Amino acid sequence: MDFVLVQLLNGISYGLLLFMLASGLTLVFSLMGVLNFAHASFYMLGAYFAYQASVLVGFWPALVIAPLAAAGLGMLVERFGLRRAHPHGHVAELLFTFGLAYLVEEAVHLIWGRSAVNYKIPPELDGPLFSIMGTQFPVYRGFMALIAVAMLVSIWLVLTRTRIGLVITAALTHPGTVEALGHNVPRVFMLVFGGGVGLAALAGVVGGNAFVTDPGMAAALGPIIFVIVVTGGMGSLAGAFYASLIIGCLVTFSVALDWRLADLFARFGLAVTPQTPLATLWNIKLSQAAPTLPYLLMVLMLILRPRGLMGTREG
Amino acid sequence: MGVPMTRGRWATWGGAALALALAPQVISGGFALTLMTQMAIMIIFALSYNMLLGQGGMLSFGHAVYSGLGAYFAVHALNLVAKGAIGYPVSLLPLVGGLAGALFGALFGWVSTRRAGTTFAMISLGIVELVYAMVLMLPGFFGGEGGISTNRTAGGAHLGVTLGPAIQVYYLAAAWCFASMIAMFALTQTPLGRMANAVRDNPERAEFVGYDTQHVRFLQFVLSAFFAGVSGALSCINYEIVTAENVSAVRSGGVLVAAFIGGTPFFFGPVIGAIVYVFFVGALSGFSQAWLLYLGLFFVVMVLYAPGGIASLIAMQFPVIRSGRLRELLPSYLAAAGAAAVAILGLVGVVEMIYRVSDASLSPQMTLFGLTFHARAAAPWIGFGLTLAAGLALLRGASRRVSARWRAVQAVLGGAAPGRRA
Amino acid sequence: MSTRFVRAALLAATCVLPFTAHSADTVRIAYIDPLSGAFANVGESGLHHFQLMAEEINAHGGLYQGSKLEIVPFDDKTSPQEALNQLKRVIDAGIRYISQGNGSSVAAALVDAVNRYNERNPGKEIVYLNYAAVDPVLTNEKCSFWHFRFDANSDMKMEALTNWMLPNKNIKKVYLINQDYSFGQSVAKMARELLAKKRPDVQIVGDDLHPLGQVKDFAPYVAKIKQSGADAVITGNWGNDITLLIKAAKDGGLTAPFFTYYGGGLGVMPALGDAAVGRVKQVTEYHTNIQPNKSLAFAEEYWKKFPAKGDDFYYLRVRTMLQMFAEATKKAKSVEPKAVAYALEGMNFASDTGGVVMRKDDHQLVQPLYLSTIYRVAAKGGPAEVKYGVEGTDYGFKTDARIEAKDTALPTTCKMARP
Repeated sequence: MDFVLVQLLNGISYGLLLFMLASGLTLVFSLMGVLNFAHASFYMLGAYFAYQASVLVGFWPALVIAPLAAAGLGMLVERFGLRRAHPHGHVAELLFTFGLAYLVEEAVHLIWGRSAVNYKIPPELDGPLFSIMGTQFPVYRGFMALIAVAMLVSIWLVLTRTRIGLVITAALTHPGTVEALGHNVPRVFMLVFGGGVGLAALAGVVGGNAFVTDPGMAAALGPIIFVIVVTGGMGSLAGAFYASLIIGCLVTFSVALDWRLADLFARFGLAVTPQTPLATLWNIKLSQAAPTLPYLLMVLMLILRPRGLMGTREG
Repeated sequence: MGVPMTRGRWATWGGAALALALAPQVISGGFALTLMTQMAIMIIFALSYNMLLGQGGMLSFGHAVYSGLGAYFAVHALNLVAKGAIGYPVSLLPLVGGLAGALFGALFGWVSTRRAGTTFAMISLGIVELVYAMVLMLPGFFGGEGGISTNRTAGGAHLGVTLGPAIQVYYLAAAWCFASMIAMFALTQTPLGRMANAVRDNPERAEFVGYDTQHVRFLQFVLSAFFAGVSGALSCINYEIVTAENVSAVRSGGVLVAAFIGGTPFFFGPVIGAIVYVFFVGALSGFSQAWLLYLGLFFVVMVLYAPGGIASLIAMQFPVIRSGRLRELLPSYLAAAGAAAVAILGLVGVVEMIYRVSDASLSPQMTLFGLTFHARAAAPWIGFGLTLAAGLALLRGASRRVSARWRAVQAVLGGAAPGRRA
Repeated sequence: MSTRFVRAALLAATCVLPFTAHSADTVRIAYIDPLSGAFANVGESGLHHFQLMAEEINAHGGLYQGSKLEIVPFDDKTSPQEALNQLKRVIDAGIRYISQGNGSSVAAALVDAVNRYNERNPGKEIVYLNYAAVDPVLTNEKCSFWHFRFDANSDMKMEALTNWMLPNKNIKKVYLINQDYSFGQSVAKMARELLAKKRPDVQIVGDDLHPLGQVKDFAPYVAKIKQSGADAVITGNWGNDITLLIKAAKDGGLTAPFFTYYGGGLGVMPALGDAAVGRVKQVTEYHTNIQPNKSLAFAEEYWKKFPAKGDDFYYLRVRTMLQMFAEATKKAKSVEPKAVAYALEGMNFASDTGGVVMRKDDHQLVQPLYLSTIYRVAAKGGPAEVKYGVEGTDYGFKTDARIEAKDTALPTTCKMARP
């Protein structure tokens, strides 16, 4: 039981980190129709900016500086890149961000080198928060979860309770009307894109030292965020939230389960021997396949419910 | 493109055949032959990719799955031939690869073509990650990290072809390349090819007319996976080894880049793209550590300024040439080319110095464009930086001039720039 | 239009071939490893080892009859296919020796290609000096007369490790966690086999495989290890899979030691920091704090020449390999690959860490190994023997035990075919 509790906490905190990433992507997609392939690259930049800032001025200022710097960079990217690709359609925008991901990775190689940097957890957040049956739950994972929840609440407040949030929501569906009311719609889009990038960077700030800050971190996390967004339903923030938590817990729990399809067959009287066709496949343990389960979940979701968990539109 | 075999079309195909046949006679050398074989294989791969992106409007980040799995099945078939378990001419191995590719195309396509647009793109990325992980997890069939090796000469001689010498492999690849090009072009002329265009451009209207868009996408996807499998089998014959990299996301990104820089709106675009891409990866990487950055920059610049790829830039000139007005544009073109050359000179200088400085273990003394200088000194930075800035400024001016001239010529010709063509 | 492109591209391509100036009395070794992309730092560092060693050899009389040794780098981008393309360039340039180390997939491709080329081109043979690809297959089923391996293969390291465990009875419960691909699977299999044979009292309390590079969060694995009550973990993980695992172990309060293959690999230490201290052990042929260290002068020369933080003198085996190569040319009285290969076979050599032998049966170098643990350097409060840190960090290795060459050797299944 304690083991289940530990895994549940691990799963939720990991899921919340995934959500921090997926939320920015979903927001930008639902608000602008742009799928930012380089989203995970900004996660990486957030971690590197935070590393650099924490070396110079310490972790706490970095927590603010890094996302802001990345958001600024994101706005520049929108202004001078994405806006130019926009007239050519969504595929061109997606391809632009795809190329951007290449460039960001190479730039990181050049500036910070090709191996991981030692981006440390600040000493005041280092150590165990509490311990269950000898397994510690680190303070930092609690902190990560806290930041994620705070972020979720603030996004919701900004979008529903502030003037700028209302303008953003209106600009999506009725850009002409909003423009006519005297709002600068291109600037709104720039802010939205910068905001989404900033969220990714914030995830990078707290995820970079919890895990590892290296030039491969974008490519490693990118596909999984896309899986979340598809599974949750394109453009649905709530869907992304549930999908993140489900995937976080799914991966975490299946690590602990050494079930095999062969055992299932055995229950129905079908023994799997090395001669059985595809024997290796049936003998794969669930724990062994755990990190690939999100992809399988996505495939299943597409078969059973093509619009995703909370998606509203087909196609 | 039109339907009947015009004289221009005979010339194009005849020229392509001649180029494929004569290339090794004109340029010799083992490494050059390797590059040409790779180009022939990449041309098939990029064209098959364009059946998705260019003709079907499906942006895939996972096309290597089908060429890679095709290659794995081809390598097993070849090993069975070598063991004498089956009798099959090695030269026809691409058919095995193609069928395997199509089979998996049908399997994954059934899931992924349920959605179009950006969702399709993300699903393709998920599938490539899944397949890559599975390939490594199942060493029984996929040979683990070392992959599966083979010997292409094991099938013995068929019609005097042993496939031992590299030149024979080139001609095999070239023959398959030509045949696949014709087949894929013919497909664009069939009702399915036309329907794929319609589904790409306006799925709603296609539905109204009574087509099942999902079904059209699915068929196009399977056919595209078939040709990807053909290219995979050829690469298996060429390298005599198939490893997990054949199904990787990196390989998939590569074919996307190749097809796009060539020009997805045109059938022949990816042919150019494949050649340029292989040149970048194969030859430029021998010059500079920064080749990835150059390729990335080139790609981004193409996306922003020439989304129709190199082919569109060339195709735009045809009406002008036909009307004999190229002369009016030529001076501005030359000016732009000169400005671009200056900008590239400055850019290469700056980039190479950045690479040199970023790797502290390299000696800062470097030689570039016949100049020897110190990468940490101020003078070369200022020099190349100013060259870059001047080049960009000149380019800005020159491109304004080009577009002014272009508009003037177009006004006379009375036509707009050519739009999207299949 | 495509014709024009092909011609232009190919003409340019042929000009790129590395026709460096070389005279008849220069012997060139093509260094084929990643020099661009994600692993370029590893490839660059390896290249530095080769270059500095070549300088040293040339300064001390060179090869047979004073021939000079030259290293020519080729970028394989860690891709087997790209490595084969580069091999074509190597052949075009008339280079007869190649060396490679990063990636057993690349090594397997190169061995096959070299075998085929040598068979089809008698008199122009190429010899392949492998300095780091550790798949046991290369000196067993796939062994080749033209291939020589100077690194202990992964099975030998397990043999060394389990021999060290023989008298250490405080290890009772072992947990195996590995990447799910051929190398990780073979580490797990060997650990099970050798432990069952030598320490039947040891219980294997877990045997996890996870997909290569796909795990972002190792906390659930650590919880599982913790629950199993393991008092030692054996892992062949490398890259981020080792970094993330160790970090998660520290966060989860797991104190059991980790016996690793690549815990000291390039780039791992800077990312791990304090999480590694006292926890990470590795089996290697060298680290800077071994006693006595006859390579120290060379290491100091290396640091002086390549002072970058992410670089270090790491591969003693590159030094041993090139020393043995030079010696073999003298013994063969020739720089011809075939003669040199015959001279290398069965060669005994006094390396910086003691006697080594290039086993004739399978072309596997048998050399002493060290089991060591990461500590803070002495200057930062660590044990006195930890004088030097890894890659300019404050963390270095302390020897737990030296494992003699004979305790690392395993029988081979190789049936060597000689020309």
